Amino acid sequence: MNHQNHQPNHQGERPAMLKVTGLQKIYNGGATAVEAVRDLTFELAEGELVCLVGPSGCGKTTLLKCIAGLMAPTGGTVELADRPVLAPPPGMAVVFQEYGRSLFAWMSVRDNVELPLKEKKLPKARRTELVTESLEAVGLTGFADSYPWQLSGGMQQRVAIARAIAYEPQVLLMDEPFAAVDAQTRADLEDLVREIWQRLGVTVLFVTHDIDEAVYLGERVLVLSNSPTVVQDDITVDLPVERDQLTTRQDERFTDLRARVYAQIQRAKRGTDQPVA
Amino acid sequence: MSTTHTRDTVAAGPPPDGTRRPRPLNSAFSRTAPNRPLLGALGIAGLLALWELAPRLGAVPERYFPPVSEVLATLAERATTAPFWEAVGHTLYGWALGLGIALAAAILLGFALGAAPRLRAFTTSTVDFLRPIPSVALIPLAVLVYGTDIRSTLLLVVYACFWLIYIQVLYGVADVDPVAEQTARSYGLGRLARIRYVVWPTTLPYLMTGLRLAAAVGLILSITAQLIIGSPGIGDQITNAQQGGAVALVYAWIVATGILGVVINIGVRALERRVLRWHTSVRGEAAA
Repeated sequence: MNHQNHQPNHQGERPAMLKVTGLQKIYNGGATAVEAVRDLTFELAEGELVCLVGPSGCGKTTLLKCIAGLMAPTGGTVELADRPVLAPPPGMAVVFQEYGRSLFAWMSVRDNVELPLKEKKLPKARRTELVTESLEAVGLTGFADSYPWQLSGGMQQRVAIARAIAYEPQVLLMDEPFAAVDAQTRADLEDLVREIWQRLGVTVLFVTHDIDEAVYLGERVLVLSNSPTVVQDDITVDLPVERDQLTTRQDERFTDLRARVYAQIQRAKRGTDQPVA
Repeated sequence: MSTTHTRDTVAAGPPPDGTRRPRPLNSAFSRTAPNRPLLGALGIAGLLALWELAPRLGAVPERYFPPVSEVLATLAERATTAPFWEAVGHTLYGWALGLGIALAAAILLGFALGAAPRLRAFTTSTVDFLRPIPSVALIPLAVLVYGTDIRSTLLLVVYACFWLIYIQVLYGVADVDPVAEQTARSYGLGRLARIRYVVWPTTLPYLMTGLRLAAAVGLILSITAQLIIGSPGIGDQITNAQQGGAVALVYAWIVATGILGVVINIGVRALERRVLRWHTSVRGEAAA
């Protein structure tokens, strides 16, 4: 945490790393077409940590899949460092909510983390270095030879995070990564994400349904509307860079921001999608 | 044998939702587990005693039903001769070669068709028609085409084993977890890498179930072919013994086939435990 190499920054100060423009996704289920995402436009500056919240069923996962290049949008574009995303780009890593299914049970922790690096054709020495470093960063040194299913849920998600950072992505996408772990583990993992973000300077898009988590983690919080989804509000989190589970959450500013996001989500649920003045 | 198979078939495939894989309830078994080998041994001892006593007491005619001591003595005596092991070798050769061919073909076709849903749908009805045809119905055809050659045996073994494994592979290939698939794609794994690191391990538990079923059925057909067609092997030896009126020898060969079946089953199970040590059906309670 000492060697933090960037200050909180805001849109425009740094070049855009991730650019989503007019994104639309219509699921074509035979006769009935469902418009999951209507018109989403937002940007993440290089090195920014942005949280995305929205009412359940608002198309967060659809959006994330489109950004990750796992699903083709019906309309609009996604750009990573000014290059359009048409397939999963090498500069992007995804941490899924379902760690138990995202980690390969048939591989040891080391092999799980190393596999994407092999596919990247990195030399053996560099791979070993990255695996060791990333496992150390998530506090799992000594578990390299374990299998994921021998670890607790929180530790498994740490493995998934280690795999993501070993991949050295420009953008880290996290899809409700802590929704399935207990509250204490969750707090630890939140601090871990902040720490990794500060240390590596990676751009993070963190999708969550938890308002507290969004405000605690993010430099900015994007609130999505109900489906068909648009960006309902874009809230800058002007909390200090150094955050602490106890003091930050008691901070008056934190409470204010939390209330504001909460109000926006309530509006989103009711479906009144005019942005607040 | 049939009960074992039903249970295994159910237990081997991964559960439909992979999030929380149910683990075997070791605690539920622990009370009965220590007694199992003992009870098993007692059961066999009881059977042997019954087999020994029934002919001796005249409950069954000794001429057609020699006591077990006589049968085992015959078996032990034969087991020291070269022709015995030659016959066993012939049977095992037909079994192993047939099973190997079926395995390779089922994996290749299963993966190819698993990746081509349209082709799979196109062939499903044909497969459903061909699959239930009993292999023994092909005996006249095999004799017509290959005579008493080993290829006759192979035809029967391959035909029976292929479908058992092929169907399992098809299910396995279709069972790939979408999250695992998306993870692999998002980390840049290409088509071949995904087959190797995701589809293949997902299919393995199914494949092993198919292999275990096919190993047993393959042995049955290997012996059946020799028995009916008369190509060299245990089946042929049984026919010879029967025609020579050597009743104890017939029983000795039958016992030998039983032992062979047990050995094969133990072997395949050991292989399964090794290959699937990461899988819920094998790993048991995780040391978290």
